[in-house]
Amino acid sequence: MSDTARSLVTIFAVLLGALTLAGGFIWVERRLLALFQERWGPNRLGPLGLFQGVADMIKIFMKEDWVPPFADKPVFVLAPMLIMVTTLASLAIIAFAPGLVVADLNIGVLFFLAMSSLGVYSVALAGWASNSKYALLGGMRAVAQMLSYEVFMGLSLMGVVMMAGSFRLTDIVAAQKSLWFCIPQLPGLAVFFIAGVAETHRSPLDLPEAENELVAGYHTEYSGMKFALFLLGEYVGMTVVSAMIVTLFFGGWAGPLLPPVVWFLVKTLFLMCLFIWLRASFPRPRYDQLMLFGWKVLLPVSLLNLAVTGAVLLVRGA
Amino acid sequence: METVFDISAVVAVVATLMVIAQSRAVHALLYLTVSLLAVAVVFFTLGAPFVAALEVIIYAGAIMVLFVFVIMMLNLGAEAARQERRWLTPADWFGPAILGAILLAEMVWVLASPQSAFPAPAANDPRAVGAALFGPYVLVADLAALVLLAGLVGAYHFGRRSAEAGEGEAP
Repeated sequence: MSDTARSLVTIFAVLLGALTLAGGFIWVERRLLALFQERWGPNRLGPLGLFQGVADMIKIFMKEDWVPPFADKPVFVLAPMLIMVTTLASLAIIAFAPGLVVADLNIGVLFFLAMSSLGVYSVALAGWASNSKYALLGGMRAVAQMLSYEVFMGLSLMGVVMMAGSFRLTDIVAAQKSLWFCIPQLPGLAVFFIAGVAETHRSPLDLPEAENELVAGYHTEYSGMKFALFLLGEYVGMTVVSAMIVTLFFGGWAGPLLPPVVWFLVKTLFLMCLFIWLRASFPRPRYDQLMLFGWKVLLPVSLLNLAVTGAVLLVRGA
Repeated sequence: METVFDISAVVAVVATLMVIAQSRAVHALLYLTVSLLAVAVVFFTLGAPFVAALEVIIYAGAIMVLFVFVIMMLNLGAEAARQERRWLTPADWFGPAILGAILLAEMVWVLASPQSAFPAPAANDPRAVGAALFGPYVLVADLAALVLLAGLVGAYHFGRRSAEAGEGEAP
Protein backbone atom coordinates (compact mmCIF):
# COMPACT_ATOMS: atom_id res chain seq x y z
CA MET A 1 0.00 0.00 0.00
CA SER A 2 1.37 3.40 -0.93
CA ASP A 3 1.93 6.09 1.68
CA THR A 4 -0.96 8.26 0.51
CA ALA A 5 -3.44 5.39 0.53
CA ARG A 6 -2.20 4.35 3.94
CA SER A 7 -2.64 7.79 5.46
CA LEU A 8 -6.07 8.18 3.82
CA VAL A 9 -7.20 4.91 5.37
CA THR A 10 -5.80 6.00 8.74
CA ILE A 11 -7.59 9.34 8.54
CA PHE A 12 -10.95 7.78 7.76
CA ALA A 13 -10.51 5.07 10.38
CA VAL A 14 -9.67 7.66 13.03
CA LEU A 15 -12.55 9.95 12.00
CA LEU A 16 -15.07 7.14 11.90
CA GLY A 17 -13.83 5.65 15.15
CA ALA A 18 -13.81 8.95 17.01
CA LEU A 19 -17.23 10.07 15.79
CA THR A 20 -18.78 6.69 16.58
CA LEU A 21 -17.14 6.68 19.99
CA ALA A 22 -18.28 10.24 20.70
CA GLY A 23 -21.82 9.59 19.46
CA GLY A 24 -22.11 6.27 21.23
CA PHE A 25 -20.75 7.79 24.38
CA ILE A 26 -23.85 9.96 24.73
CA TRP A 27 -25.71 6.72 25.45
CA VAL A 28 -22.98 5.55 27.88
CA GLU A 29 -23.18 8.88 29.68
CA ARG A 30 -26.96 8.70 30.06
CA ARG A 31 -26.87 5.12 31.32
CA LEU A 32 -23.99 5.83 33.71
CA LEU A 33 -25.62 8.99 35.05
CA ALA A 34 -28.80 7.02 35.59
CA LEU A 35 -26.80 4.38 37.46
CA PHE A 36 -25.20 7.01 39.70
CA GLN A 37 -28.60 8.59 40.36
CA GLU A 38 -30.42 5.28 40.95
CA ARG A 39 -32.74 5.33 37.98
CA TRP A 40 -32.93 3.43 34.70
CA GLY A 41 -32.00 5.83 31.94
CA PRO A 42 -32.78 5.05 28.29
CA ASN A 43 -33.29 1.25 28.21
CA ARG A 44 -36.25 0.69 25.86
CA LEU A 45 -34.93 1.05 22.31
CA GLY A 46 -32.93 -1.96 21.17
CA PRO A 47 -30.67 -4.04 23.42
CA LEU A 48 -29.97 -2.08 26.63
CA GLY A 49 -31.39 1.01 24.93
CA LEU A 50 -28.45 1.20 22.52
CA PHE A 51 -30.57 2.54 19.67
CA GLN A 52 -31.63 5.58 21.68
CA GLY A 53 -28.72 7.50 20.18
CA VAL A 54 -29.82 6.59 16.65
CA ALA A 55 -33.36 7.72 17.39
CA ASP A 56 -32.08 11.00 18.83
CA MET A 57 -29.93 11.56 15.74
CA ILE A 58 -32.90 10.98 13.42
CA LYS A 59 -34.97 13.38 15.47
CA ILE A 60 -32.28 16.06 15.38
CA PHE A 61 -31.84 15.65 11.60
CA MET A 62 -35.57 16.19 11.10
CA LYS A 63 -35.67 19.32 13.21
CA GLU A 64 -35.96 22.75 11.65
CA ASP A 65 -32.56 24.37 11.33
CA TRP A 66 -33.48 27.84 12.44
CA VAL A 67 -31.32 30.94 12.25
CA PRO A 68 -32.79 33.74 14.35
CA PRO A 69 -33.47 36.90 12.32
CA PHE A 70 -31.55 39.07 14.82
CA ALA A 71 -28.39 36.93 14.58
CA ASP A 72 -25.24 37.70 12.61
CA LYS A 73 -25.82 34.96 10.02
CA PRO A 74 -22.35 34.10 8.66
CA VAL A 75 -20.76 34.02 12.11
CA PHE A 76 -23.75 32.17 13.55
CA VAL A 77 -23.28 29.40 10.98
CA LEU A 78 -19.49 29.40 11.31
CA ALA A 79 -19.38 28.93 15.11
CA PRO A 80 -20.65 25.32 15.40
CA MET A 81 -18.39 24.23 12.53
CA LEU A 82 -15.31 25.60 14.31
CA ILE A 83 -15.65 23.39 17.36
CA MET A 84 -15.97 20.26 15.21
CA VAL A 85 -13.03 21.24 13.01
CA THR A 86 -10.69 22.06 15.88
CA THR A 87 -11.50 18.98 17.97
CA LEU A 88 -11.35 16.61 15.00
CA ALA A 89 -8.08 18.20 13.84
CA SER A 90 -6.47 17.51 17.21
CA LEU A 91 -7.22 13.83 16.69
CA ALA A 92 -4.64 13.90 13.89
CA ILE A 93 -1.66 13.91 16.25
CA ILE A 94 -2.84 11.23 18.66
CA ALA A 95 -0.89 8.00 18.37
CA PHE A 96 -3.34 5.14 18.95
CA ALA A 97 -0.82 2.39 18.36
CA PRO A 98 2.65 2.05 16.83
CA GLY A 99 2.18 3.27 13.26
CA LEU A 100 -1.49 4.18 13.73
CA VAL A 101 -1.20 7.95 13.75
CA VAL A 102 -2.33 10.42 11.10
CA ALA A 103 0.47 12.98 11.52
CA ASP A 104 3.36 12.26 13.84
CA LEU A 105 4.31 15.94 14.15
CA ASN A 106 7.44 16.95 16.02
CA ILE A 107 5.29 19.67 17.65
CA GLY A 108 2.43 17.31 18.53
CA VAL A 109 1.73 18.64 22.03
CA LEU A 110 1.81 22.21 20.75
CA PHE A 111 -0.58 21.32 17.94
CA PHE A 112 -3.05 19.98 20.48
CA LEU A 113 -2.74 23.18 22.54
CA ALA A 114 -3.15 25.30 19.40
CA MET A 115 -6.32 23.49 18.37
CA SER A 116 -7.82 23.70 21.83
CA SER A 117 -7.07 27.42 21.94
CA LEU A 118 -8.75 27.91 18.56
CA GLY A 119 -11.77 26.05 19.93
CA VAL A 120 -12.45 29.09 22.13
CA TYR A 121 -13.59 30.96 19.03
CA SER A 122 -16.48 28.59 18.57
CA VAL A 123 -18.13 29.37 21.91
CA ALA A 124 -17.16 33.02 21.86
CA LEU A 125 -18.54 33.60 18.37
CA ALA A 126 -21.65 31.53 19.05
CA GLY A 127 -22.35 33.70 22.07
CA TRP A 128 -21.76 36.91 20.19
CA ALA A 129 -23.51 36.03 16.92
CA SER A 130 -26.69 34.85 18.66
CA ASN A 131 -27.27 38.45 19.70
CA SER A 132 -29.19 37.53 22.84
CA LYS A 133 -28.23 38.25 26.41
CA TYR A 134 -27.99 34.72 27.76
CA ALA A 135 -25.88 33.61 24.85
CA LEU A 136 -23.63 36.64 25.23
CA LEU A 137 -23.17 36.03 28.96
CA GLY A 138 -22.38 32.39 28.28
CA GLY A 139 -19.91 33.32 25.56
CA MET A 140 -18.11 35.81 27.79
CA ARG A 141 -17.85 33.30 30.60
CA ALA A 142 -16.55 30.72 28.14
CA VAL A 143 -13.82 33.01 26.83
CA ALA A 144 -12.58 33.96 30.30
CA GLN A 145 -12.73 30.37 31.57
CA MET A 146 -11.10 28.74 28.56
CA LEU A 147 -8.40 31.39 28.16
CA SER A 148 -7.41 31.06 31.81
CA TYR A 149 -7.43 27.27 31.90
CA GLU A 150 -5.47 27.08 28.66
CA VAL A 151 -2.55 28.65 30.52
CA PHE A 152 -2.46 25.92 33.17
CA MET A 153 -3.12 23.26 30.57
CA GLY A 154 -0.01 24.27 28.64
CA LEU A 155 2.15 24.71 31.74
CA SER A 156 1.11 21.36 33.23
CA LEU A 157 2.26 19.55 30.08
CA MET A 158 5.71 21.09 30.06
CA GLY A 159 6.91 18.77 32.83
CA VAL A 160 6.08 15.78 30.64
CA VAL A 161 7.75 17.41 27.66
CA MET A 162 10.88 18.07 29.72
CA MET A 163 11.05 14.47 30.93
CA ALA A 164 10.52 13.05 27.45
CA GLY A 165 12.71 15.69 25.79
CA SER A 166 10.32 16.01 22.87
CA PHE A 167 6.96 17.43 21.79
CA ARG A 168 6.36 14.38 19.61
CA LEU A 169 3.71 12.09 21.06
CA THR A 170 5.34 8.83 19.95
CA ASP A 171 8.57 9.92 21.69
CA ILE A 172 6.60 10.71 24.84
CA VAL A 173 5.00 7.26 24.77
CA ALA A 174 8.42 5.67 24.20
CA ALA A 175 9.86 7.60 27.17
CA GLN A 176 7.29 5.95 29.46
CA LYS A 177 8.63 2.44 28.85
CA SER A 178 9.91 1.99 32.40
CA LEU A 179 7.62 4.31 34.35
CA TRP A 180 4.36 5.97 33.38
CA PHE A 181 4.51 9.73 33.79
CA CYS A 182 1.43 9.71 36.02
CA ILE A 183 3.73 8.92 38.97
CA PRO A 184 6.55 11.49 38.65
CA GLN A 185 4.18 14.04 37.07
CA LEU A 186 1.21 13.61 39.41
CA PRO A 187 0.69 17.38 39.95
CA GLY A 188 0.86 17.88 36.19
CA LEU A 189 -1.74 15.17 35.69
CA ALA A 190 -4.08 16.71 38.25
CA VAL A 191 -3.80 20.19 36.74
CA PHE A 192 -4.16 18.88 33.19
CA PHE A 193 -7.24 16.86 34.06
CA ILE A 194 -9.00 19.79 35.75
CA ALA A 195 -7.99 22.11 32.92
CA GLY A 196 -9.25 19.53 30.44
CA VAL A 197 -12.66 19.50 32.12
CA ALA A 198 -12.71 23.29 31.98
CA GLU A 199 -11.54 23.40 28.35
CA THR A 200 -14.27 21.06 27.18
CA HIS A 201 -16.66 22.90 29.55
CA ARG A 202 -18.00 19.66 30.91
CA SER A 203 -20.04 19.66 34.07
CA PRO A 204 -19.11 20.56 36.88
CA LEU A 205 -17.16 23.31 35.09
CA ASP A 206 -19.88 23.95 32.51
CA LEU A 207 -20.48 27.55 33.55
CA PRO A 208 -20.72 28.81 29.95
CA GLU A 209 -23.92 26.78 29.55
CA ALA A 210 -25.12 26.70 33.17
CA GLU A 211 -28.75 25.88 32.46
CA ASN A 212 -30.24 27.09 35.71
CA GLU A 213 -28.92 30.62 35.30
CA LEU A 214 -28.23 31.11 31.56
CA VAL A 215 -30.95 28.96 29.89
CA ALA A 216 -28.37 27.12 27.76
CA GLY A 217 -25.57 29.67 27.63
CA TYR A 218 -23.82 30.20 24.33
CA HIS A 219 -25.99 27.73 22.38
CA THR A 220 -29.35 29.06 23.58
CA GLU A 221 -30.37 30.13 20.08
CA TYR A 222 -29.15 27.02 18.29
CA SER A 223 -31.36 24.17 17.16
CA GLY A 224 -31.28 21.13 14.90
CA MET A 225 -27.97 20.07 13.42
CA LYS A 226 -26.10 23.16 14.58
CA PHE A 227 -26.94 22.31 18.16
CA ALA A 228 -25.96 18.70 17.48
CA LEU A 229 -22.57 19.90 16.25
CA PHE A 230 -21.95 21.68 19.56
CA LEU A 231 -23.00 18.57 21.47
CA LEU A 232 -20.90 16.24 19.35
CA GLY A 233 -17.98 18.67 19.47
CA GLU A 234 -18.11 18.54 23.25
CA TYR A 235 -17.98 14.74 23.23
CA VAL A 236 -15.18 14.61 20.66
CA GLY A 237 -13.33 17.16 22.80
CA MET A 238 -13.77 14.90 25.81
CA THR A 239 -12.44 11.96 23.78
CA VAL A 240 -9.42 14.00 22.68
CA VAL A 241 -8.61 15.17 26.21
CA SER A 242 -8.92 11.60 27.53
CA ALA A 243 -6.74 10.29 24.72
CA MET A 244 -4.16 12.98 25.46
CA ILE A 245 -4.13 12.09 29.17
CA VAL A 246 -3.61 8.43 28.23
CA THR A 247 -0.79 9.30 25.84
CA LEU A 248 0.98 11.76 28.11
CA PHE A 249 0.53 10.21 31.53
CA PHE A 250 -0.61 6.59 31.24
CA GLY A 251 1.87 5.11 28.80
CA GLY A 252 -0.25 5.42 25.65
CA TRP A 253 -0.79 2.07 23.99
CA ALA A 254 1.52 0.19 26.37
CA GLY A 255 0.05 -2.81 28.18
CA PRO A 256 0.43 -6.57 28.47
CA LEU A 257 -1.34 -9.29 26.40
CA LEU A 258 -3.96 -7.28 24.53
CA PRO A 259 -3.09 -5.51 21.25
CA PRO A 260 -1.95 -1.86 21.63
CA VAL A 261 -5.09 -0.30 20.10
CA VAL A 262 -7.30 -2.15 22.56
CA TRP A 263 -5.22 -0.95 25.50
CA PHE A 264 -5.42 2.60 24.22
CA LEU A 265 -9.21 2.40 23.84
CA VAL A 266 -9.68 0.79 27.25
CA LYS A 267 -7.65 3.49 28.98
CA THR A 268 -9.40 6.26 27.06
CA LEU A 269 -12.86 4.87 27.83
CA PHE A 270 -11.97 4.58 31.50
CA LEU A 271 -10.96 8.24 31.60
CA MET A 272 -14.13 9.25 29.76
CA CYS A 273 -16.18 7.43 32.37
CA LEU A 274 -14.24 9.41 34.98
CA PHE A 275 -15.51 12.59 33.31
CA ILE A 276 -19.06 11.35 33.81
CA TRP A 277 -18.40 10.31 37.38
CA LEU A 278 -17.18 13.86 38.03
CA ARG A 279 -20.36 15.23 36.49
CA ALA A 280 -22.51 13.04 38.71
CA SER A 281 -20.55 13.83 41.88
CA PHE A 282 -19.72 17.52 42.01
CA PRO A 283 -21.91 20.61 42.12
CA ARG A 284 -21.07 23.46 39.79
CA PRO A 285 -18.80 26.05 41.47
CA ARG A 286 -19.59 29.74 41.36
CA TYR A 287 -17.94 31.63 38.53
CA ASP A 288 -15.55 33.66 40.70
CA GLN A 289 -14.63 30.51 42.64
CA LEU A 290 -13.68 28.86 39.38
CA MET A 291 -11.41 31.75 38.37
CA LEU A 292 -9.86 32.07 41.86
CA PHE A 293 -9.18 28.34 41.99
CA GLY A 294 -7.51 28.51 38.60
CA TRP A 295 -5.22 31.43 39.24
CA LYS A 296 -4.50 30.89 42.94
CA VAL A 297 -4.19 27.09 43.08
CA LEU A 298 -3.61 25.59 39.65
CA LEU A 299 -1.15 28.23 38.42
CA PRO A 300 1.22 27.98 41.43
CA VAL A 301 0.96 24.17 41.41
CA SER A 302 1.84 23.91 37.73
CA LEU A 303 4.69 26.44 38.05
CA LEU A 304 6.09 24.57 41.07
CA ASN A 305 5.82 21.30 39.19
CA LEU A 306 7.69 22.86 36.29
CA ALA A 307 10.48 24.22 38.53
CA VAL A 308 10.88 21.00 40.54
CA THR A 309 10.91 18.84 37.40
CA GLY A 310 13.53 21.09 35.84
CA ALA A 311 15.69 21.01 38.99
CA VAL A 312 15.49 17.21 39.29
CA LEU A 313 16.36 16.75 35.63
CA LEU A 314 19.30 19.15 35.99
CA VAL A 315 20.65 17.33 39.05
CA ARG A 316 20.24 13.96 37.37
CA GLY A 317 21.85 15.16 34.18
CA ALA A 318 24.85 16.65 36.01
CA MET B 1 5.63 22.77 -0.27
CA GLU B 2 6.10 25.77 -2.57
CA THR B 3 2.47 25.66 -3.74
CA VAL B 4 1.30 25.54 -0.13
CA PHE B 5 3.49 28.54 0.60
CA ASP B 6 2.08 30.50 -2.36
CA ILE B 7 -1.54 29.71 -1.53
CA SER B 8 -1.23 30.60 2.13
CA ALA B 9 0.69 33.77 1.31
CA VAL B 10 -2.13 34.90 -1.00
CA VAL B 11 -4.70 34.01 1.66
CA ALA B 12 -2.77 36.05 4.21
CA VAL B 13 -2.66 39.13 1.96
CA VAL B 14 -6.32 38.92 0.93
CA ALA B 15 -7.47 38.32 4.51
CA THR B 16 -5.46 41.30 5.73
CA LEU B 17 -7.06 43.48 3.06
CA MET B 18 -10.47 42.29 4.22
CA VAL B 19 -9.57 43.29 7.79
CA ILE B 20 -9.34 46.90 6.68
CA ALA B 21 -12.34 46.80 4.37
CA GLN B 22 -14.82 45.26 6.83
CA SER B 23 -17.22 47.58 8.59
CA ARG B 24 -18.28 45.13 11.32
CA ALA B 25 -15.61 44.84 13.99
CA VAL B 26 -16.05 41.12 14.68
CA HIS B 27 -15.87 40.22 10.98
CA ALA B 28 -12.67 42.24 10.67
CA LEU B 29 -11.22 40.38 13.66
CA LEU B 30 -12.13 37.04 12.13
CA TYR B 31 -10.31 37.99 8.93
CA LEU B 32 -7.31 39.02 11.03
CA THR B 33 -7.38 35.58 12.66
CA VAL B 34 -7.47 33.93 9.24
CA SER B 35 -4.52 36.08 8.21
CA LEU B 36 -2.56 34.99 11.30
CA LEU B 37 -3.35 31.33 10.62
CA ALA B 38 -2.16 31.75 7.03
CA VAL B 39 1.07 33.29 8.31
CA ALA B 40 1.46 30.26 10.59
CA VAL B 41 1.24 28.00 7.54
CA VAL B 42 3.86 30.17 5.84
CA PHE B 43 6.18 29.70 8.82
CA PHE B 44 5.54 25.97 8.69
CA THR B 45 6.46 25.74 5.02
CA LEU B 46 9.60 27.76 5.68
CA GLY B 47 10.78 25.08 8.10
CA ALA B 48 9.82 26.66 11.42
CA PRO B 49 7.04 24.45 12.82
CA PHE B 50 7.70 25.62 16.38
CA VAL B 51 7.14 29.27 15.48
CA ALA B 52 4.06 28.26 13.49
CA ALA B 53 2.57 26.51 16.53
CA LEU B 54 3.35 29.47 18.77
CA GLU B 55 1.80 31.83 16.24
CA VAL B 56 -1.45 29.88 16.43
CA ILE B 57 -1.40 29.40 20.22
CA ILE B 58 -0.42 32.94 21.17
CA TYR B 59 -1.63 35.24 18.41
CA ALA B 60 -4.65 33.45 16.98
CA GLY B 61 -5.59 31.54 20.12
CA ALA B 62 -5.01 34.05 22.89
CA ILE B 63 -4.51 37.64 21.77
CA MET B 64 -7.19 37.66 19.07
CA VAL B 65 -9.63 35.92 21.41
CA LEU B 66 -9.06 38.75 23.88
CA PHE B 67 -9.87 41.22 21.10
CA VAL B 68 -13.09 39.33 20.36
CA PHE B 69 -13.83 39.35 24.10
CA VAL B 70 -13.48 43.13 24.29
CA ILE B 71 -15.67 43.62 21.21
CA MET B 72 -18.26 41.32 22.78
CA MET B 73 -18.24 43.37 25.98
CA LEU B 74 -18.69 46.61 24.03
CA ASN B 75 -21.59 44.93 22.19
CA LEU B 76 -21.45 47.22 19.18
CA GLY B 77 -24.65 47.05 17.19
CA ALA B 78 -25.66 47.89 13.66
CA GLU B 79 -25.22 51.59 14.46
CA ALA B 80 -21.46 51.15 14.90
CA ALA B 81 -21.23 49.34 11.56
CA ARG B 82 -23.10 52.19 9.84
CA GLN B 83 -20.79 54.75 11.42
CA GLU B 84 -17.76 52.75 10.30
CA ARG B 85 -19.14 52.65 6.77
CA ARG B 86 -19.54 56.44 6.81
CA TRP B 87 -15.90 56.81 7.85
CA LEU B 88 -14.61 54.46 5.18
CA THR B 89 -15.14 56.69 2.16
CA PRO B 90 -13.37 55.90 -1.12
CA ALA B 91 -11.30 59.07 -0.76
CA ASP B 92 -9.73 57.66 2.40
CA TRP B 93 -8.36 54.73 0.44
CA PHE B 94 -6.19 56.99 -1.67
CA GLY B 95 -3.21 57.60 0.65
CA PRO B 96 -2.87 54.07 2.04
CA ALA B 97 -3.27 52.65 -1.46
CA ILE B 98 -0.30 54.69 -2.75
CA LEU B 99 1.87 53.62 0.20
CA GLY B 100 0.83 50.02 -0.27
CA ALA B 101 1.59 50.19 -4.00
CA ILE B 102 5.10 51.50 -3.26
CA LEU B 103 5.75 48.60 -0.87
CA LEU B 104 4.36 46.12 -3.37
CA ALA B 105 6.59 47.47 -6.13
CA GLU B 106 9.60 47.23 -3.82
CA MET B 107 8.77 43.66 -2.92
CA VAL B 108 8.32 42.63 -6.55
CA TRP B 109 11.62 44.30 -7.43
CA VAL B 110 13.46 42.53 -4.57
CA LEU B 111 11.94 39.17 -5.45
CA ALA B 112 12.71 39.61 -9.14
CA SER B 113 16.37 40.47 -8.60
CA PRO B 114 18.43 37.28 -8.94
CA GLN B 115 20.70 37.59 -5.86
CA SER B 116 17.84 37.51 -3.38
CA ALA B 117 17.09 33.80 -3.56
CA PHE B 118 15.48 32.47 -0.40
CA PRO B 119 17.87 30.62 1.87
CA ALA B 120 17.07 26.94 1.68
CA PRO B 121 14.54 26.25 4.42
CA ALA B 122 16.23 24.29 7.18
CA ALA B 123 13.90 22.72 9.70
CA ASN B 124 14.25 24.31 13.13
CA ASP B 125 13.19 22.07 15.98
CA PRO B 126 11.88 23.47 19.29
CA ARG B 127 15.18 22.61 21.01
CA ALA B 128 17.14 24.87 18.65
CA VAL B 129 14.67 27.74 19.14
CA GLY B 130 14.87 27.37 22.92
CA ALA B 131 18.65 27.24 22.90
CA ALA B 132 18.80 30.38 20.76
CA LEU B 133 16.29 32.17 22.97
CA PHE B 134 18.22 31.47 26.17
CA GLY B 135 21.67 31.69 24.54
CA PRO B 136 22.48 34.66 22.32
CA TYR B 137 19.06 36.33 22.74
CA VAL B 138 18.65 35.99 26.51
CA LEU B 139 18.80 39.77 27.01
CA VAL B 140 15.97 40.34 24.51
CA ALA B 141 13.87 37.62 26.17
CA ASP B 142 14.43 39.27 29.58
CA LEU B 143 13.52 42.70 28.20
CA ALA B 144 10.30 41.31 26.72
CA ALA B 145 9.52 39.77 30.10
CA LEU B 146 10.03 43.17 31.74
CA VAL B 147 7.59 44.80 29.31
CA LEU B 148 5.03 42.12 30.14
CA LEU B 149 5.65 42.71 33.86
CA ALA B 150 4.92 46.41 33.36
CA GLY B 151 1.65 45.46 31.67
CA LEU B 152 0.81 43.12 34.54
CA VAL B 153 1.45 45.80 37.18
CA GLY B 154 -0.64 48.27 35.21
CA ALA B 155 -3.54 45.86 34.89
CA TYR B 156 -3.32 45.11 38.63
CA HIS B 157 -3.42 48.84 39.39
CA PHE B 158 -6.56 49.41 37.32
CA GLY B 159 -8.17 46.26 38.70
CA ARG B 160 -7.58 47.37 42.30
CA ARG B 161 -9.08 50.81 41.79
CA SER B 162 -12.29 49.53 40.26
CA ALA B 163 -12.59 46.90 43.00
CA GLU B 164 -12.38 49.53 45.74
CA ALA B 165 -14.87 51.76 43.98
CA GLY B 166 -17.31 48.84 43.74
CA GLU B 167 -20.33 48.36 46.03
CA GLY B 168 -18.37 47.02 49.02
CA GLU B 169 -18.32 43.49 47.66
CA ALA B 170 -15.10 41.58 48.21
CA PRO B 171 -13.10 41.29 44.98
